[in-house]
Amino acid sequence: MPVAMLSRRGALAGAGGLLLAAMLPRAPARGAMRIVEDQTGPFAPNAFVRIAVDGAITLILPNVEMGQGIYTGEAMLIAEELAVGLDQIQIEAAPPGDPYITKELGTQATGGSTSTIATWTGLRQAGAAARTLLIQAAAARWSVGPETCQAEAGVIRHAASGRSLSYGEVAAAAALLPAPAAPAPLRDPAMFRLIGTSQHRLDSPAKVAGTAIFGIDVQVPGMLVGTVAACPVLGGILTHVDAVAARKVPGVRDVLTIGNAVCVVGDHFWAARKGLEALSITWDEGVNAAVTTATIYRQLHDALDGPAIVAHTKGDAKAAIASAATRIEATYQQPLLAHAPMEPINCTVQVGPDRCDIWVGSQVPLRARDAAAGITGLARDQVHVHNQYIGGGFGRRLEHEYVIQAVQFARQVSYPLKIIWSREEDLTLDRFRPAYVDRLVGGLDRDGNLVGIEHRIVGPAVVARWAPEALLPNGVDDDLLVATAVTPYAIPATFLEYARREAPGVVTAWWRGVGGTRGVFVVESFIDELAAQAGVDPVAFRRKMTGDSPRARAVLDLAADKANWGAPLPPHVGRGVALQYVFGSYLATVMEVEMSDTGTVRVRRAIVAVDCGRVVNPDQVVSQIEGGLIFGLSAALYNEVTLQGGRVQEDNFNSYRILRMNESPMIDVHLVDSTEDPGGIGETGTAAAAAALANAMAAASGRRYRTLPLMGRQA
Amino acid sequence: MLTLQINGVAHQVDVPDDMPLLWVLRDVLGMPGTKFGCGIAECGACTVHVDGKPVRSCSLPASLVGARPVTTIEGLAGDLVGEGVQKAWLDIDVVQCGYCQTGQIMSAVALLKANPHPTDDDIDQAMSGNICRCGTYRRIRAAIRNAAGVA
Repeated sequence: MPVAMLSRRGALAGAGGLLLAAMLPRAPARGAMRIVEDQTGPFAPNAFVRIAVDGAITLILPNVEMGQGIYTGEAMLIAEELAVGLDQIQIEAAPPGDPYITKELGTQATGGSTSTIATWTGLRQAGAAARTLLIQAAAARWSVGPETCQAEAGVIRHAASGRSLSYGEVAAAAALLPAPAAPAPLRDPAMFRLIGTSQHRLDSPAKVAGTAIFGIDVQVPGMLVGTVAACPVLGGILTHVDAVAARKVPGVRDVLTIGNAVCVVGDHFWAARKGLEALSITWDEGVNAAVTTATIYRQLHDALDGPAIVAHTKGDAKAAIASAATRIEATYQQPLLAHAPMEPINCTVQVGPDRCDIWVGSQVPLRARDAAAGITGLARDQVHVHNQYIGGGFGRRLEHEYVIQAVQFARQVSYPLKIIWSREEDLTLDRFRPAYVDRLVGGLDRDGNLVGIEHRIVGPAVVARWAPEALLPNGVDDDLLVATAVTPYAIPATFLEYARREAPGVVTAWWRGVGGTRGVFVVESFIDELAAQAGVDPVAFRRKMTGDSPRARAVLDLAADKANWGAPLPPHVGRGVALQYVFGSYLATVMEVEMSDTGTVRVRRAIVAVDCGRVVNPDQVVSQIEGGLIFGLSAALYNEVTLQGGRVQEDNFNSYRILRMNESPMIDVHLVDSTEDPGGIGETGTAAAAAALANAMAAASGRRYRTLPLMGRQA
Repeated sequence: MLTLQINGVAHQVDVPDDMPLLWVLRDVLGMPGTKFGCGIAECGACTVHVDGKPVRSCSLPASLVGARPVTTIEGLAGDLVGEGVQKAWLDIDVVQCGYCQTGQIMSAVALLKANPHPTDDDIDQAMSGNICRCGTYRRIRAAIRNAAGVA
């Protein structure tokens, strides 16, 4: 039985927060980072700042930390204006709540590379508002004008009299002051002390010590551990389960069922897993039992002809191409993809008569809360979601169906239930990045200039399920317009159309960029094909078309320069370039690959130039580009989810291959100084990978690569 | 009843013979720093040291450990190489989501104890059993080089 548990009193009083605080290390050498919860401080001027009389400064961070460094970045935004050091704060994951809903995503969500874009102004204002009130409270106590006081490092000073008060000392008084009528003025960016400087991640010490608590690590007194088998065919249901043998497995405590799944509960995961293996389950697999990947691809290819929705037009692309000197056509195919985060899906739930607690890593905590309320019949404010560190999100936890499943099981029992999916369950019951087919047709004039592009996208509309209200009135998923309707180029005429085809047998979902990642691959591959047809160098061909976009041209020039573009290469080595404007940021990526006679590929290095506007934490931007590229390279080279008989075939890392260190290229990232508003960064490296890689492989081999994965069966 | 020597402390546990060391650590002894990733020794998230060698604890029955000493991430405190590696990780902010990093660190510590001055090929060979889905490989390699430089 688990032994590292808190007392029941502690867990009930503080829910997950006290537990976390208790299990985290003492202050490491560089800045203590405690995650707290349910603390009360008298001074809580907004949903993001709370200061206690003992001086504890708590920042409540609206987005969840899943590796992208957002806890550090958002803490920097608040701390910059609150005038505190990062070593003076503790952080709290925002609970479900309306103040954390963003207009970018329409709910409280972490995704779409939107966090910094969405919070850039609001979090600084939250810090400034708090600082203003604290200064007012101190000034009132001293009977001096607030303009004669200054705050620094959590202390307010009145220089003329040499007096000072800490934030804690005035917190109670500040709490009684009315909220400022107007937003407090924000610091001149030229005066930033934190923003724009590389700060160490706040979560590093606990993660390096092994004391950071992820969802899967949560311990609740009296908790048992369950693992699940859900029907492997989407839409199928459970018809019978023989649990006699399972119940005899030592340590098995319960066998629970819901409509499409069985959960075996034990004293520990191993007992649950052994119990699950001992079950004899009969499914009614339903209508999807015959679905294969070939079914899905065939439907997509069939829709390359026939009706489609006009999604975007500029000029008369059909006429321009019809009268062009050269016409080029290419069709690209991209597979279903799993998220495969390192932390398998898990969720811990305790359902009581008047309260439900959920410990989970979620990118959509509000949705998780509301769903649990619906299942349990409790009021929304009786459901408490304790958001945890996520061991890799990549869009997987923008879904909350695993929370629904866990609540459906946990409401049947009186004990807290932690459900952990096996890796096999995590991969085969994932919700997948859709497969797509894109066909592009382009025309070149006699001088090799691009005169127009026609582009048909075929595939599912993820937004139609995830946020139906965001589907455009004409039926277009506007995520698919990313990288296609808007490019870094001035193209004289474009015609973009969309044929929606939902994939049978799978639920399709967000990933590390759906429209952006899909779109950059097809558009930048096609631009490369046009350049080759025109007999023009790929960088020069792109550069010529960036006259209206100086930021795009600047990153292209920078990447080409840093990559020594044009310098001779050894045999079998090729360079490829990709230029993109997605998620509000400009990237140019040059990749260098070596191909063997047998077709194996080694990525030698990648050079990336980035203009993402104002940078909050530069080293973490670099980190996201490095990691995003690797993530994209795994997918581009190897990853494809396939179905046979309605069942996903890739069920662990031996069949869903992830890039490893010995395959990992050198990566050089160069940031452009910019005073533009911040763009997103988390998905941009991933979006760059496939196009730059496929273009480099084309340069090395002399043939085009239009089907992903590049090292897959179909390629 | 098994007696396991973990981080210098003897623990008596009553578990099934086939129960992997990983789940004994996590669910019986309450040491969650060692992570579950795949269950088939493919990803390295569960790496611990047994007798100083890196092993995948998800696939090692606890009953086969015997009297050999086990070191987990929780046992690196006070270890010169271990703390050096952890500091190297912090100095250049290797971690992103962090989930695989305890396993990465255990593999790196085992490497540096066996080979204090590894080449890049040595590093690749020792570390390629550990998957990082966030793609922190470049920084892991750099951190190991840095730790080797000061060890």
